[in-house]
Amino acid sequence: MAEIRNYTLNFGPQHPAAHGVLRLVLELDGEVIERADPHIGLLHRGTEKLAETRTFLQSVPYMDRLDYMSMMMNEHAYCMAIERLLGVEVPIRAQYIRVMFDEITRIMNHLLWLGTHGLDIGAMTIFIYAFREREDLMDVYEAVTGARMHAAYYRPGGVYRDLPDSMPKYQPNRYKSAADCERLNAPRQGSLLDFVEDFTKRFPTCMDEYETLLTDNRIWKQRTVGIAVVDADRCKALGFTGPMLRGSGVAWDLRKMQPYAAYDKVDFEIPVGRTGDCYDRYLVRMEEMRQSNRIIAQCVDWLKKNPGPVITADHKVAPPSRESMKSNMEELIHHFKLFTEGMHVPEGEAYAAVEHSKGEFGVYLISDGANKPYRLKLRAPGFAHLAAMDEMARGLMIADVVAIIGTMDIVFGDIDR
Amino acid sequence: MPLNAEAIAARLEETLGEQLVGKTVALNEVTIEVAPEDWVDVALRLRDESGLGFDTLIDLCGVDYSAYKEGAWEGARFAVVLHLLSVRKNHRVRVRAFCADDEMPMIASLVDVWPAANWFEREAFDLYGILFDGHPDLRRILTDYGFIGHPFRKDFPVSGHVEMRYDPELKRVVYEPVSIAPREVTPRIIREENYGETGRG
Repeated sequence: MAEIRNYTLNFGPQHPAAHGVLRLVLELDGEVIERADPHIGLLHRGTEKLAETRTFLQSVPYMDRLDYMSMMMNEHAYCMAIERLLGVEVPIRAQYIRVMFDEITRIMNHLLWLGTHGLDIGAMTIFIYAFREREDLMDVYEAVTGARMHAAYYRPGGVYRDLPDSMPKYQPNRYKSAADCERLNAPRQGSLLDFVEDFTKRFPTCMDEYETLLTDNRIWKQRTVGIAVVDADRCKALGFTGPMLRGSGVAWDLRKMQPYAAYDKVDFEIPVGRTGDCYDRYLVRMEEMRQSNRIIAQCVDWLKKNPGPVITADHKVAPPSRESMKSNMEELIHHFKLFTEGMHVPEGEAYAAVEHSKGEFGVYLISDGANKPYRLKLRAPGFAHLAAMDEMARGLMIADVVAIIGTMDIVFGDIDR
Repeated sequence: MPLNAEAIAARLEETLGEQLVGKTVALNEVTIEVAPEDWVDVALRLRDESGLGFDTLIDLCGVDYSAYKEGAWEGARFAVVLHLLSVRKNHRVRVRAFCADDEMPMIASLVDVWPAANWFEREAFDLYGILFDGHPDLRRILTDYGFIGHPFRKDFPVSGHVEMRYDPELKRVVYEPVSIAPREVTPRIIREENYGETGRG
C-alpha cells in the first residue's frame, strides 16, 4: 500500500496569485483541499478608527484606499451616508456624474479582475488587452481629478468640480513617435465627455476581443466550469452580494432594487448566471461591463445637454467658490470654518449602500452631532466572500484555489480596511 | 421599490411583540432594539417569519458608546449592531442589542442562524472584545498575531501601545513601546443647537 501523507501548506502572504496579502493555510490530503483557513488583516490600517479622529471631509481620501480598484464607488457610499444624515440634496448633474464615474470605475475594476483572473489560471494575453483599455479610463480619472487612482472626487453634497473641457495629450518622446502620438491623441481633441463617448463606441469591440480569447477557450472552461459551485440559497446565507450572488441566478442589484443617485433614470439590464460556478460568474461580469458601457453612453448624452451646478449651494457642507470667497466676508468665514472645524452632522445613524463592483459596499455612520464621526463601519463585500473560502475550496484541488480567489475578485484594501 | 420603513416597522412590531425593546424609524431606516437574552430567538424569527424573511446578514459590528456625546452616555457601554437584508422581499432592518456587562460584554453567536456571521463576529471580538457565546472559532482576525488589547475601544489610543522594528543585531523584529506622542490636529467639538444662526451675537 502506498504511503499517504497529509500536508499543511502555507500559501502567501507574498504570492502573486494571492491578490495582495492573503495568507492561506491549506490542509491537504494529497492534492485535495480538506480545509482552507484564510489569515487576513495584513493590510489592516484601522480606517474606521482613523475616521473617528478626523473631520468628515478629511476621511474622503481614505475611502479611495479601501477597495483601491473601485475608488470612486467607495467615496460614493461614504458621501451618501453623510448626505442622508445632513439631509442635503445633491444636484442632478452631480448625480449623473457620479453614475458615470461609478460605471467607469466598474469597468476599470472588472478589467483588472479579468486580466489578473486570466493570469492566475494561465491566460496571459488577456492581461495586456485589458490593461490597454484600462489605461484610457485611468486618463479620464486623471483629467478630472489629477490622480490616476486615489481621486477624492466625490464630496458630501456633490462632486469636487465640473468635467474639464479638454483632455491632456501625449507628447512625442523617445518611446513614442510623433505618429504614435497623433494616433493616440485623435480621440483627445475635444472635451472629456467627447473622449468618454469615443471610448463607449470603441469598447464593445474590445469586449468582443476579450471574449474571443476566453469565452470558448477550452483551457479556460476546464479551469472554471463546475468549480466552486454555490447555490442561490447558500449564497444568501453566506452573505454574498454582487456578481457572486447574480452568478447563482439571483437577479439582485441595488442599482435596480433600491436605486440611488440617477440609476432610476438610466436604462440597463442585470445579467444573471445559472449554475453558480466560476464560469458563470465570469460571464456575469463580462456582461456587466457591456451594461456599464451602455450606462456611460446615456450619462454622456445627458451631461452634454444639461449644464448646471455640481455641488450643493449649502456652504455649511460644501465650500463657496474662490471668487465669492475673496469678495464676500461671509463666504470667507464659511470657507474657514469648513476647512478648520469641518461640518457638523446631526445626531443619528445611517446606513448607505451602493452596488459596488464586488457586491454591496455599505457605510454605517453613527454621529453624535460632532464634527467627526462617532463610529464608522465599512461593510466590505469581499469580507463576506472570503469568509466562504473554506466552504468553497473544500474537496477541490489545490490548483482550483487560485481560480476561487480570482472569481471572488479579492482586493485586500476593503477586506482588511 | 423597497417597502417603506413604516410598513416594515409595523410588521416587526406585530411579529416580535414583547421582545421589541425599542423601535426607531428615521431617514427611511428602521432600527429595533432587543434584549441580549432574546438575541438568537429574534434572529431566528426575523429570518423565518414569512412576512419578514431576512435571508441575508449584511453586516454585524460592535459599537463602544462610552465616549458618546463627550461622555454624556448612560447605559451599557457595548452594543452589537446587525444590518439585515431580505433579498426576497427587498427590505432592510437594523437590530441593536446592548451587552449587559461592561467588563465582559457577551452575547450569543448567530453563526447557526446566518453562517455569514462567523467572520463578522470574529471582527467584533477582535476590535471590541465582545464575546460571542457559541461561536465555533472565536480567534482574532484583523490584528497582528499576538496582539494585546482591543483597538477600536474608545480608551485605546489611535497610535497604539507598541511599535515594531527590525533589530539588525538580534536579527529579528522587536516590539517596543510607542515613541510618538498622540496629538489631535482638529479638536472634536459638539456645538450647541442653533449654533451659527444669525442674530445670536
